[in-house]
Amino acid sequence: MSNKPLPEDYLSYPLRRYGMDHDRYDWSMLPRRKPVAWPDGARIALWVVPALEWFPLNMAGQPFKPPGAMQTAYPDLRHYTLRDYGNRVGIFRIMQALGRHAIPATVAVNAAVALRYPSLIERCKALGWEFIANGLDMDHLHHGGLDPAEEKRWIEQSLDILRRATAAPVRGWLSPAKSESFQTLDLLGQAGIDYVCDWVNDDMPYAMRTAAGPLVAMPHPIDIDDYTILVNNHHTEDDFRDQLIDHFDVLYRESAHEGGRVMAISLHPWVIGQPYRIRALEEALAHIMRHKGVWPATGSQILQAWRAQQG
Amino acid sequence: MSALPTRRDPGFYDYLPYDSRPVIRWPGGARVAFWVAPNVEFYELNPPRNPARAPWARPAPDVLNYSYRDYGNRTGFWRMLDVMKRCNMRGSVSLNVALCEHHPEVIEACAREGWEFYSHGTYNTRYLMGMNEEQERQVIQDSIDTIKKHTGQKLDGWLAPALTYTPNTMDLVAEMGLTYVCDLFHDDQPGPVKVKKGTLTSIPYSLEMNDTIVYNVNLVSPRRYGDILKRQFDRLYEEGERSGTVMCIPLHPYLIGQPYRLAAFEEALAYITSHDKVWLATGREIAQHFNAHYHSAFMAAGQAVGEAP
Repeated sequence: MSNKPLPEDYLSYPLRRYGMDHDRYDWSMLPRRKPVAWPDGARIALWVVPALEWFPLNMAGQPFKPPGAMQTAYPDLRHYTLRDYGNRVGIFRIMQALGRHAIPATVAVNAAVALRYPSLIERCKALGWEFIANGLDMDHLHHGGLDPAEEKRWIEQSLDILRRATAAPVRGWLSPAKSESFQTLDLLGQAGIDYVCDWVNDDMPYAMRTAAGPLVAMPHPIDIDDYTILVNNHHTEDDFRDQLIDHFDVLYRESAHEGGRVMAISLHPWVIGQPYRIRALEEALAHIMRHKGVWPATGSQILQAWRAQQG
Repeated sequence: MSALPTRRDPGFYDYLPYDSRPVIRWPGGARVAFWVAPNVEFYELNPPRNPARAPWARPAPDVLNYSYRDYGNRTGFWRMLDVMKRCNMRGSVSLNVALCEHHPEVIEACAREGWEFYSHGTYNTRYLMGMNEEQERQVIQDSIDTIKKHTGQKLDGWLAPALTYTPNTMDLVAEMGLTYVCDLFHDDQPGPVKVKKGTLTSIPYSLEMNDTIVYNVNLVSPRRYGDILKRQFDRLYEEGERSGTVMCIPLHPYLIGQPYRLAAFEEALAYITSHDKVWLATGREIAQHFNAHYHSAFMAAGQAVGEAP
């Protein structure tokens, strides 16, 4: 401790003004927006987003260790293989759980997975899933200290690999560990991305500004997420199921008078795809799909329906 | 650079055993003074750095954590407000006062329900530690002026932004006319805070019931939180028959306003507010009642604390 006062700028607030302290998006209150109507009078757009991730064995974990990173001294076989379990085994349990209700997933794919496991990409494609980019791999984190030219290369390379592997347009982006630099959104806009999944401040899509024109933030959660609830919070499988159900019930009730809502579920095959856990997802989906007016949709379908009602 | 003096004991209160102190009677024969303190906060994306603490866990821009907090104002607050209205419960808003400029609609919505506003600093990303007396006075004066200007209310209460302090904080808020603080966690009843000038009371606020601690630190499930709230209330209600107790639920809209957490909270809040011997109060009302009737008696009953070896 010293008696030296904090610099004067610590008590100056140049961005203390109406709305946000940046220009990426406008301040907007969920219940005061024009209600959104989903196709065929649906009340809930159900958006399920599994992530196909690859954590390199020799990952640097910079500038921070992303969730799921290697933990022990090299070689950390236990964490490497347990993450890889998701791509070999866990994802197929998710396919089965979603297939029972004809729910099309929107799968977030590390470019490394597309190169390493092309048959997995073919399987997802055959199911009619949408592909969104999830960066190069879990050891390429976009962050404020990253050289913008380097970041541009990473984004272009990620999209190039995924677009080739899937022969799909790839319109959505999820940054590894939801980590961005100050220019990520501009670079995504330039790369032809239509929606981004890193921001967790809303339950509905909303418009963002980039140097390359508008982009939409999709409500991809950190809370309704198997990793957060089961691994980070150490809750039981039944607790996970109950939280999905309670979440849905509140959104469903709101949708009766406030317009359509998105229920987004973020999944990690290496977490929820374990034999003892998968039933939690199955039971939650059974609860959700029992309701009238649930529209299982991909990110692009939700985006299209939402966009058509803006302006 | 010379080191500031430090002390082994904060020196804010005497020892006063729970079972042998003046008896508190709340208005209307209530056993528990119950208050809910939503922390309505604004976190900046890229604030100046305080040498003592980084604003965010990740390097700037910490999109994940920034947007998680922003969820509270865009989305979670409005759900929380509906639950409070359905339970007829007024809030005592622990306010980052810059939010008056950023999101006046939130302030208006609280004011419409007759809620109290007290200060939680300017932003939750501007910390008090390291401020000299003049700087800290500026921050407190900003809170007094901003709350007066935007709500017409006199500022009575204080919860330091992000629970950051200087050794002067308690003396300064008391000297500048505030009457209660929420920063001390040593009791289930209000108690006097020893300050150089003014009359200051500590009102129980509770980190144990605080959704940040419960959800972000203890990582409990929403239904378990509901159970925790009911258990806390049941015991304080029982004990309040002998002498009035205080229960606070400190909330954060970005946490409690998540859809999957809402129902369990509403059930607990409905349970608590449905009891007949509970005083549904605000922080200011509790402080006023205590200061008018018990502050000097509690002060006189305090036992001097011995010197530690």
